[in-house]
Amino acid sequence: MSERWRTIVTTVENKPGVLARVASLFSRRGYNIHSLAVAPASDERFSRITFTVDVEGTPLDQVVKQLNKLINVVEIHELDPDQSVERELMLVTVRSDGRRRELMEIVEEFQAFVLNEGEECVMLSWSARPVRLDELEQRLRPFGIVELQRTGRVALPSLDR
Amino acid sequence: MSSNPTNGGEALVRSLEMQGVDVMFGLPGGAILPVYDSIIESSIRHVLVRHEQGAGHMAEGYAHATGRPGVAMVTSGPAATNIVTPLCDAYLDSVPMVCITGQVPLAAIGTDAFQECDTTGITMAVTKHNFLVTDAQDIPRIIHEAFHIATTGRPGPVLVDIPKDIVDPANPRSKMSWYEPTDADMELPGYAPLTAGDPALIGEAAKLIASAERPVLYVGGGVLKARAAEALLELAELLQIPVVTTLMARGAFPDRHELCLGMPGMHGNYTAVTAMQQADLLVSLGARFDDRVTGKLDGFAPDAKIIHVDIDPAELGKVRQYNVGIQGDCRLVIEELITATRALGADAQAERTQWRSMVSGWQEKFPLVYQDSAPGDRLKPQFVIEQLRDNNPADTILASGVGQHQMYASQYWKFDHPYTWINSGGLGTMGFSIPAAIGAKAGMPDRRVWAVDGDGCFQMTAQELVTATVENIPIKVALLNNSYLGMVRQWQEMFYDERFSEVHLSDTCPDYVKWAEAMGCEAIRVESPEEVAPAIAKANEINDRSVVIEFRTDARENVFPMVPSGKTNSEILVDPSQQGLLS
Repeated sequence: MSERWRTIVTTVENKPGVLARVASLFSRRGYNIHSLAVAPASDERFSRITFTVDVEGTPLDQVVKQLNKLINVVEIHELDPDQSVERELMLVTVRSDGRRRELMEIVEEFQAFVLNEGEECVMLSWSARPVRLDELEQRLRPFGIVELQRTGRVALPSLDR
Repeated sequence: MSSNPTNGGEALVRSLEMQGVDVMFGLPGGAILPVYDSIIESSIRHVLVRHEQGAGHMAEGYAHATGRPGVAMVTSGPAATNIVTPLCDAYLDSVPMVCITGQVPLAAIGTDAFQECDTTGITMAVTKHNFLVTDAQDIPRIIHEAFHIATTGRPGPVLVDIPKDIVDPANPRSKMSWYEPTDADMELPGYAPLTAGDPALIGEAAKLIASAERPVLYVGGGVLKARAAEALLELAELLQIPVVTTLMARGAFPDRHELCLGMPGMHGNYTAVTAMQQADLLVSLGARFDDRVTGKLDGFAPDAKIIHVDIDPAELGKVRQYNVGIQGDCRLVIEELITATRALGADAQAERTQWRSMVSGWQEKFPLVYQDSAPGDRLKPQFVIEQLRDNNPADTILASGVGQHQMYASQYWKFDHPYTWINSGGLGTMGFSIPAAIGAKAGMPDRRVWAVDGDGCFQMTAQELVTATVENIPIKVALLNNSYLGMVRQWQEMFYDERFSEVHLSDTCPDYVKWAEAMGCEAIRVESPEEVAPAIAKANEINDRSVVIEFRTDARENVFPMVPSGKTNSEILVDPSQQGLLS
């Protein structure tokens, strides 16, 4: 992962408007969010928000401290890319007409899943490290990408051995 | 109110009473009507303002003067948007304030109902926190939380938006069973402000101070918010280190003290600006390296190491990298620094006689100066402030608007007591002074309160003098009328080749004396220097109503010293009569 993107994981109160507060803070202070994933945590009183921020032009230390000032932000961690596991999910619809076998070889190579098949297109899903998703995307591009949706990354710290 | 509340409206008023609120400022309207019905029986004094912005600034003035949170209450929609300016003002100056706004009934939210606006959405970026209450049962707890958040950590404004149905006894949604909320009831898992400083860092700071040869204590508004003025005096005297007090900290250290250098920054005096610039150590206490203090950042205090103390960790390193950064309450940290300094021993401090004599040399060479007005000319604004200063007790509370008069007041008044200077520093809100002075007087009725205002500012909020008259909160207003938006005029003269664009208000309109009289005030117009002191004396004798003195001042006068925007503090412009003395 390039040094430019850093991942921040926050635990916030699961209340209306909390995401708006976070987004408003980023916009007001001119911070750049690269990706954002939000969902309730295992304890439903809280949600986890995972951000990737562009640290070129955005001081990471300030992002963390300013987020921490939001009353609804309970916990905040910056994840060290070397000591965490990151995943992102991609859904992609690709043209398959005439090159179906070639396409299936790539699906096999990446161990992606075929979710849906049409006459001229195939819908795939794959979850992996974001750089690996980039690689798959590059490989699929020559076939013709019809639609593509990525979720933004989520991450957890690696376990001690 | 005697029996326990049974509905949201009563619960709200009781909750405010329980917080010790004695005065609140507001204006009723549709969505907040049920709460106003409950106020009739309350012990809280409600001051009925003439514009919601006035309510907000009054709450701020009250908080500045008393140290207690100011409270404002207004209705939904336009009332809520009218109070956005004071909220932002309080946010930038860290003023503890709780603002209650009415909201359309829960079911109507999101339907573009009459007088509906997204109050919590609009005020998100200008409050420390805000709440939309959706259940009457939550009211006591949320009001408790609101006051807790407003007054602890870095203080700030908190807004509580309350839909009409949950406070309206005619609506079943307003039913609630009363409880007295305690800290244990608060549901704020993400809020736990630290107060004491890290002892290891305090020790490091004490050593860094001891070894500094050219240190300056850089004191900001946080010292006042932390009620740390006494501790600061002890620390400064113990260390014998000169002190600068920023615009937000005037009065935190006595101006007449030999260690006091006064205000630094864009219109700071030469010595305060230059001492910071030449320092080898800045001990920043509750200050935030604001651009009006630092000038061009990469040329600011180039040789100084930085000790930065602030209760808000996000301030540490935000603007200027520190050598020692201490998160903590200024009073506690200063007390810890005193202990740590004593532990180092009296002879631990570096030799500073040379530094002290450099500083006093600047003070002698570059005092604040202005030229007396020529006979027949309009008054010099500096002269008016000096006369006000010399004809009022030292504990007089001075509230200021924004512009040239604000800078003259900060420069020429001698602030020897904390909590006597009330102004809009961060946001620079014109029209601040009159409502802020009224709020201060409401909180401190036994103190003399003067507002220093400009003619531009006066025209923005003067209607609150009607509030002062009707509510019997007499203040005194020194209106420095130069017929211009003076500070803008100064910039156009100095930086836009004297191309004056839309800054001349009017030499004749309005008639301030008639206007003030119409609002129930005593009004005096002063045009010559010999009338100044007698007019002030007359104003000080009148205590049963507000007094407005219109001083006709000279529009050609500019505020000096000045560090032009974008320049470093080393490029300070002193008064033209002193410019030749700069080496």
